[in-house]
Amino acid sequence: MPAIHANNLTKSFDGFVAVDGISFTIESGEIFGLLGPNGAGKTTTISMLSTMLKPTSGTATVNGHDIVTKEDDVRKSIGIVFQDQSLDEELTAYENMDFHGRLYRIAGEVRRQRISELLTLVGLDDRKDDLVKTYSGGMRRRLEIARGLLHEPKVLFLDEPTLGLDPQTRNHLWDYIARLNDEKGITIILTTHYMEEADRLCDRVAIIDRGTIIALGTTENLKASIGGDVVTIASPDPGAIAGLLTAPWVSGIERHDGSVTIRMQDADRHIPGIVTDLHRSGIGITSLSVRKPTLEDVFLHYTGRTIRDEEASGKEAMRMFHRAGRR
Amino acid sequence: MDIVYTIWLRNVKRYLRSKSRIVGSLGMPLFFMLVLGFGLNSVVRIPGMEDGYMNFIIPGIVAMSVLFTSVFSGIQIIWDKQFGFLKETLVAPVSRLEIMIGQTLGGATTAVIQGLILMVFALFIGLEPAGIAGFLIAVGFMALIGVTFTAFGIAIASRMEDMHGFQLIMNFVIFPIFGLSGALFPIDSLPAWLRPLTLADPLTYGVEGIRYGLSGTAQIHPLVSLAVMAGCAVLMTVVGAYLFRKISI
Ligand SMILES: Nc1ncnc2c1ncn2[C@@H]1O[C@H](COP(=O)(O)OP(=O)(O)O)[C@@H](O)[C@H]1O
Ligand SMILES: [Mg+2]
Repeated sequence: MPAIHANNLTKSFDGFVAVDGISFTIESGEIFGLLGPNGAGKTTTISMLSTMLKPTSGTATVNGHDIVTKEDDVRKSIGIVFQDQSLDEELTAYENMDFHGRLYRIAGEVRRQRISELLTLVGLDDRKDDLVKTYSGGMRRRLEIARGLLHEPKVLFLDEPTLGLDPQTRNHLWDYIARLNDEKGITIILTTHYMEEADRLCDRVAIIDRGTIIALGTTENLKASIGGDVVTIASPDPGAIAGLLTAPWVSGIERHDGSVTIRMQDADRHIPGIVTDLHRSGIGITSLSVRKPTLEDVFLHYTGRTIRDEEASGKEAMRMFHRAGRR
Repeated sequence: MDIVYTIWLRNVKRYLRSKSRIVGSLGMPLFFMLVLGFGLNSVVRIPGMEDGYMNFIIPGIVAMSVLFTSVFSGIQIIWDKQFGFLKETLVAPVSRLEIMIGQTLGGATTAVIQGLILMVFALFIGLEPAGIAGFLIAVGFMALIGVTFTAFGIAIASRMEDMHGFQLIMNFVIFPIFGLSGALFPIDSLPAWLRPLTLADPLTYGVEGIRYGLSGTAQIHPLVSLAVMAGCAVLMTVVGAYLFRKISI
């Protein structure tokens, strides 16, 4: 039984289609990523799967339960860390955990024991009696993850788990999420607009843009699907290089001023040959670099835009919105 | 029941922890009690009440304090909405009815505590300690006011996006409810056109009930007051639960 199965899931808000007929299946035990720029529809998707929003059309099951007709069973199977904080800051960490444990009807002794285990696991045990309002962003995030695990869910949703955290905390959280998946076998579905995050954590990634999934697969396959590694050769005579490289394993060549960018599978194996050929033909090489493609390249390939562009324009739009609001 | 208790516990904990809110919301009732009580005590004679105006308004001011505290407790759901905590509750496998009832009982509890604190103050300025039975009657009516108006606050909060509308509700609903109730004046001496309004105000029956408990006399029969207040508490809880069920975040 797959952990999640979505079929043509759609959500529109007053005619605006935020999620547009997406379908995917997540196997049990996977870390699955929804990667896309701000406004792509990631949170809306998570909200539907976690029963917080009713889909406009389409169906989905979580842990085998239909998200519309079996709301309560879905809710029992999932843990969720929302994009925006959802802690009670006027309570202590322990009290937040205890509240959650009681809501999920975990009996007293078990509840106390699990709370203390989980708080230790996320390194908050020594601060458990402090009010959450005294916590840093990273500590709050860790607490929310611990809370989401308290009732031992089969599926854990993490909506932008490391948004706004510093790189060090982010790294810690990544290790932590990977370990959870590894040791407890929890299926994790996370959304992010950080390439590195999806790349580092996820077994499979769905790239989502404007409400539709534009590519889905393992990170390696996605990167391979756009033509392999990126080799950049700087040379006084880039035109000659482009003319020389006609082998079938070259999947693309772009000529720039003073350099060429070549895409190919398994660049590591072909580089020595290329260098020898160029040398033989008397073409000079100023420098040569080989780069594995990133998910950024994948996004660019499928949409013609970079996620960073998207984000900038998203922020710009938000700023304009604020300005309009103030007027 | 566990769930109701859980939600109730959170509300009470938060209340007991917010010392500034407790003290702050004592300010206005104390001010009313002192200024109106001492100011008018020697001027105003209430027919049929021997103890003077001070003893007449103490139940009214206690009711006012319960009213304001409970409406505010109910409205606090909007904070939970804005600070995100409501999602944590709504995504749990519990029914919204349980959440709403827990919230209502929590708000009513804090409102009753607030009223009790005020009663303790009132002891120093002339409230004669009533017998235990009378005291319990008064607390019972305070609880009914608390439930009614916390549920009212929840109903409002379920429909509001932010606190902007709060002032409007205070000015056009809560203050009139307080002003028109028999908290500050005896119903019998009202002009004929005002009487129906006062009798249509649920708080009137709450005030009369508390007054009966604390002073042993009331202008409305306590059983009538009890029936009306209990009816209002049930009705408001139903309305609140209905609107809360449809809350969106
Ligand atoms: N409640 C809502 N009402 C109207 N539009 C919404 C609502 N929620 C989200 N949207 C819109 O749907 C789109 C997708 O939003 P969201 O799922 O939050 O994106 P993401 O999480 O990928 O950044 C955005 O354009 C957003 O403005
Ligand atoms: Mg989002």
